Amino acid sequence: MSDATAKIPATIAPPRPAASDRLKFYGIWIAAALALLVLPKLFSSGGSLTTFSLIGISIIFSLSYNILLGQTGMLSFGHAVYYGLGGFLAIHAINIIARNKFAIPLPLVPLVGGAAGLVFAMLLGWVSTRRSGTAFAMISLGVAELVASSALILRTFFGGEAGVSANRTKVLRLFDWSFGPQIQIYYLVAAWTLIAVIAMYALTRTPLGRMCNAVRDNPERVQFVGYDPHIIRYIAFCFSGLFAGIAGALAAINFEIANSAYLGAVQSGTVLFATYIGGVGFFIGPIVGAIFVTLLSLGLSDLTQVWQLYFGLIFIAVVMFAPGGITGLLMMHRPLLKAGTLGQVLPSYLVAFIPTLAMITGLMLGIETIVHFTVNPGEDSHIKAFGIPFDAANPAIWVVAAVLLIGGFMIARRTWARVAASWDDALTTAREKGVAA
Amino acid sequence: MSTAIELRGVEKTFGITSVIRNVNLTVAQGERHALIGPNGAGKSTLFNLISGYMKPSVGSILLRDQVISGLPPFQINRRGLSRSFQVTNVFAKMSVWENLRCAVLWATGHRYAFWKNVDNLPEVRDRTAQILQDINLVSRRDVPAGLLTYAEQRALEIGITIAGGADVILLDEPTAGMSHAETERAVALIRRLTEGRTLLIVEHDMSVVFGLADRISVLVYGQIIASGTPEEIRGNPKVKEAYLGEEAA
Repeated sequence: MSDATAKIPATIAPPRPAASDRLKFYGIWIAAALALLVLPKLFSSGGSLTTFSLIGISIIFSLSYNILLGQTGMLSFGHAVYYGLGGFLAIHAINIIARNKFAIPLPLVPLVGGAAGLVFAMLLGWVSTRRSGTAFAMISLGVAELVASSALILRTFFGGEAGVSANRTKVLRLFDWSFGPQIQIYYLVAAWTLIAVIAMYALTRTPLGRMCNAVRDNPERVQFVGYDPHIIRYIAFCFSGLFAGIAGALAAINFEIANSAYLGAVQSGTVLFATYIGGVGFFIGPIVGAIFVTLLSLGLSDLTQVWQLYFGLIFIAVVMFAPGGITGLLMMHRPLLKAGTLGQVLPSYLVAFIPTLAMITGLMLGIETIVHFTVNPGEDSHIKAFGIPFDAANPAIWVVAAVLLIGGFMIARRTWARVAASWDDALTTAREKGVAA
Repeated sequence: MSTAIELRGVEKTFGITSVIRNVNLTVAQGERHALIGPNGAGKSTLFNLISGYMKPSVGSILLRDQVISGLPPFQINRRGLSRSFQVTNVFAKMSVWENLRCAVLWATGHRYAFWKNVDNLPEVRDRTAQILQDINLVSRRDVPAGLLTYAEQRALEIGITIAGGADVILLDEPTAGMSHAETERAVALIRRLTEGRTLLIVEHDMSVVFGLADRISVLVYGQIIASGTPEEIRGNPKVKEAYLGEEAA
C-alpha cells in the first residue's frame, strides 16, 4: 500500500484547510462565544434574558432532532420523550441533591438529563431503528403516546397533571452563584448551548456522522460497504436522545418544573416544526429554525389568540414552496452573491413584496374577523389583532379583506413569475461566470 | 487452486415460482468468471443470493470454504465479498469523494467511530484518493454523485464496490447502457481494478464476456446449463441453442 500511495499526487484528495480557513473556522466559534457573553449587556431586561434562554434550549433540542431527520433520514414524531424524561430526571436530581446536600453544582445537572435521554433512547430505540421511513415514524409516535400517557398514571414519578417542581437555588453554590436570577440561568444555558452545538457539529465530521448521511441517502447500499444501517441509526438515535435530554434538563432548570407537557405531542411537533422551517439540509438550519420559531411563538401569542393557526400556515408554506427551509432559501443566493448577480433579482423581490404583503394582510384580516365571529360572537366587535384595532362587524372591513386577498393574489402571481424569471437569468449568468450552483 | 465462491444445490423460490433451480457453481480464486444467459434467467437473483441480499430457499453458498448463505449483506461484505448493482446505487446527495470514502471506512477499521475526525485519517484519505484516481473521476471529486453522467456513475459504482479492498468482486452488468467507447473504457478499468482478485460478472455484451472472462457459466431458466472456458462455451451446442443462437438470429 505504501508504494501505491506514494504515487498519488497530493492534489487528488480535497485540500487540507489552509491556515486562514482554520482561523476563520475557529473565529466563528469564538465570535459566537463572545456574542453569547455580550448579548445580556445589550438586552438586559428579564424578558429578553428568558427569551434567550428559551432560544438556547430550543437550539439544542432542534439540533438533536436534526441528527435524526436531517443527518440520518429518520422522521420522528416522538422526540419530546427524551427531552421530557431528561427534564423530569433533572428536576428529581435537583431535589435529591438539595435534600442530601450532595456536592454537585447546578451546572452539572444537565448531565443527568443527558444521561436520562441517552439511557431511554438506548432502551426504546433498538426496535424502532430497525427500519427508517414509515415504520420508524409510526413506532416513534406509539412510544411517545405510551410515555405521555404513563406520565399521567405514574404519579409518584411524574407528579400527575401538576408535574414536579424544584428549587434550583437549593443546590451547592458555585462561586457564590445562586442561579436564582435569570442572568445566571442565561449564562448556564448559553454555556451548555455552545458545548452542545460544538459537540453536535463535531459529530457530523466523524466516520459515524458521514455514515449517517450515507444511511439517509441509501440504506441499502450501506449494507454492501460493510455497515449495518440498523447500528448506525441506533447510535444516531442514542446521540439524539442524549442531546434532547440535555435540552430538557435546561428547560426544567429554567422553569423549575417538569410536567407532562414536556413529553407531549405538541412538544414533539414543535421541534419538528422548528427544525424543518429552519432547514434540515444544513447544520445551522435547526439553529435558525429554533430562533425563528421561539421568537415567533413568543411574539405571535401576544398579538393574536390564534397564533397556532398562523404557525400552521407558515409550516405549510415552507413545506410547499421552500422545502430547504429558511436556510435553504438563503443558501440559494450564495452562487448569485459569489457571481455578483444578486442585484439582478433584488428589484423583482421588491416588486413582488408589495402585492404579497397586501395578500397576506387581507388573509390575516379575514382570519381575525372569522375567528371573532366563531370564537367569541357575543363580544364587542371592536377587536385588536397585531396591535391594530378594527371593527370586525363593519362590512367595509370584509370588503377590504376580500379585495386585499384576491387582488393581492392576482397581482402577486404575476410578480412571482417575474421573480422566477429574473432568478433564472441571474443563475444562468452566475453559471456562465463559472460559479457552481 | 482454491475456490473463492462455491454454490451447492442452491434454489430460490418466490411463492410457487422457482427462479433458481439446483445451481452448482464454483469460481476459483483469482478467476474472472462471467455469468451469461437470456433476460429473466435469474442472473441478478443469483447475485442477490451470493451477496446476502436474499437468502436461498435450499442449498448453501460458501466463500473461501465458509458458509455465508443466511448472513446479512454487511457481514458477507466484511468477509471480503463486494458487489455492484445493475441499477446505479450510489449516495446521490454526497460528493464523489464522500461516496468513495464511505466505502473505505469499514475496511480501514474506523467502523462506527464517533471520536475521530474523518478528515484527519491519513489511510482513509490515501485510499480514497487512490480509488478516485483509479476510476478517473479526479476532476469530478466534489460533484454530488446524483449529478454525474451515466457513465461516470457506473464508474463510481465500480469504485465503491472495490474501495473496501474485497478480493471477491461481483459486478452486475457494469457496461449496461454504455456507448461503445464507454464500454471499452469500462472494460479496461474492470480488468485493471480486478487484477489479482476474483471476479464474477454478469454481462450481456458478448465481446466484453469473451474478452474478459477466464471461464463462463450459462444460466437459463434458473439452471446452469454449461460451464467452461470461452472456447468450450462457444462450441457447446446446448448453449448455442438456448442462448447464442437466439442472439445470432
